[in-house]
Amino acid sequence: MAEASPGTTENQRPSRKAPAPWGDILFKGSTTAFAVLVLALIGTICVVLYSKGHLAISTYGFKFLWNTAWDPVREDFGALPSIFGTVVSSLLAILIATPISIGIAVFLTEMAPPWLQKPVGLGVEMLAAVPSIIYGMWGLFIFAPIMARTVQPWLKSTLGFLPLFQGIPMGIGMLTAAIILAIMIIPFIASVARDVFSLVPAMAKESAYGLGATTWEVIRGVVIPHTRSGLVGAVFLGLGRALGETMAVTFVIGNAHRISASLLNPSNTIASTLANEFSEATSPLYISSLIELGLILFLITTTILALAKFMLWRIEAQVKGMPR
Amino acid sequence: MNAGKTSGGRYMKRKVVNVAMLVLSGASAAFGLFWLFWILGILVRRGAPALNWAFFTQLPTPPGMAGGGLANAIVGTLMLTVLATAMGVPVGLMAGTYLAEFGRQTTLGRVVRFVADVMTSAPSIVIGVFVYAILVQPMRGFSGFAGAVALAVIMIPVVVRTTEEMLKLVPNALRESALALGAPYWKVVFRICYRRVFGGLTTGILLAIARVSGETAPLLFTSLNNPYWNFDFTKPMGTLNVTLFNYAMSPYDDWRSKAWGAALLITLGVLCTTVIARLVVSRTQIGRS
Repeated sequence: MAEASPGTTENQRPSRKAPAPWGDILFKGSTTAFAVLVLALIGTICVVLYSKGHLAISTYGFKFLWNTAWDPVREDFGALPSIFGTVVSSLLAILIATPISIGIAVFLTEMAPPWLQKPVGLGVEMLAAVPSIIYGMWGLFIFAPIMARTVQPWLKSTLGFLPLFQGIPMGIGMLTAAIILAIMIIPFIASVARDVFSLVPAMAKESAYGLGATTWEVIRGVVIPHTRSGLVGAVFLGLGRALGETMAVTFVIGNAHRISASLLNPSNTIASTLANEFSEATSPLYISSLIELGLILFLITTTILALAKFMLWRIEAQVKGMPR
Repeated sequence: MNAGKTSGGRYMKRKVVNVAMLVLSGASAAFGLFWLFWILGILVRRGAPALNWAFFTQLPTPPGMAGGGLANAIVGTLMLTVLATAMGVPVGLMAGTYLAEFGRQTTLGRVVRFVADVMTSAPSIVIGVFVYAILVQPMRGFSGFAGAVALAVIMIPVVVRTTEEMLKLVPNALRESALALGAPYWKVVFRICYRRVFGGLTTGILLAIARVSGETAPLLFTSLNNPYWNFDFTKPMGTLNVTLFNYAMSPYDDWRSKAWGAALLITLGVLCTTVIARLVVSRTQIGRS
């Protein structure tokens, strides 16, 4: 940008030379180095988890992924119950959280009067700021007993013929964990959904209103089709969060290494297994198996989050190419 | 006549559906806030009675004995957070500066931005496992330092992204006018751009602090826990979060009531930091733009 003039000025006034560029070289070099450091960090995490989990990986091979045993005494470890619990609890949470989050986003962007937008938005953000362990403690002492006394017996008496709702209503278990996970990821999905909703050009919405569409018809016919990939991204982001959520789940899922069709039974997730057993694991193979579990969790969540990011980028690029 | 009636009927139906859906969306917003207020209400009701003078000044008592406090854990949490901030924030600031000043269009910039976004939501327990593997195992012991490193790793991506977003708000005309006056680029960034978005950078850092001060999972097997005073970062260090976890899982009523007190204290700290962060950014944005 400043290339055009310096030749002449330097010739005229040689005493006013630009200062040596060392400061800028150092500046660019050091900021670049820190950027590379961030990159190196994620690489190091993968490499370290792989190398420390290598003992388990070489001992069990791919069998680790579908072995259902978890026996520290006989040193027979398998990841399937934990993977099953992680995936099922997260999918269930997404199922509950998605419609509610989109409802909140619709409320905040299309419906709420301006004086209500800010406090409600802040409240939803606060929901995201409450630490995971608080959800867990509240879930264990307050929410689980309510589930055990009212919700679960009711589910059993009305839908008990399904294998999903059999067993003893203990309060803790898969269903309770999934509901708490859902509450925790609602703010994340809702805030991304709100952002993508606000990307919809006002012109498109106003055209629909001009044709006589109701607010809901504008949302269903213009806003949601327009932002579909962004919404999928938001849901994937929520899914990535739910998969790795640790403390809340550890409190309420019941920590049982088994696969059960019933949502009322205690179960386990990768994160809760790590939280419960890591500091007590003694033998190298036990620790290595736990680290391999951590590696599996890391790979699953980063894949899901990368997909989410990709979807959100697509919608941003899409919107940028459009007249506003 | 007949046609008019059906179109009127259809209009009614559209209106009813519209109102129903809008009520549903309002209900989902109420649903979200309902949990927030329920949780906060319970925290205050159960936690407030546990917060007395001894809670802030005394050491924990042995299991089952009443009295005592969590003074060491409160100090431990503060020490870990300060050390983590000191390690994580500079890295995040510098990397974020790269993204905004040099990496807007470069491949490295794109990749780092992507990785930082993914890492922001990566499971914190895996970070704990990672730090266990690189620090706790080689040093043959749990340590406060390891806990702080884990928290710093979690902070970095948050600071990176907010720093970048904030620096991007600085208009290029400002950079160009400073450069035209002969200022070297590093001075332009540190003395002018940083100052311009100081409030925003503060917000980013505060949000990162709020984020890690609620974290428990990465501390479980890095800083572990310690029921005594400890100011030595090479030894296990008690924190409010891990103490809360152990106490809540214990069978003693006194410990459980202390766990509620700790829960209230952590939540207040995190929510206050978040609100302050929001206030800082909204004030500076409005004041400057």
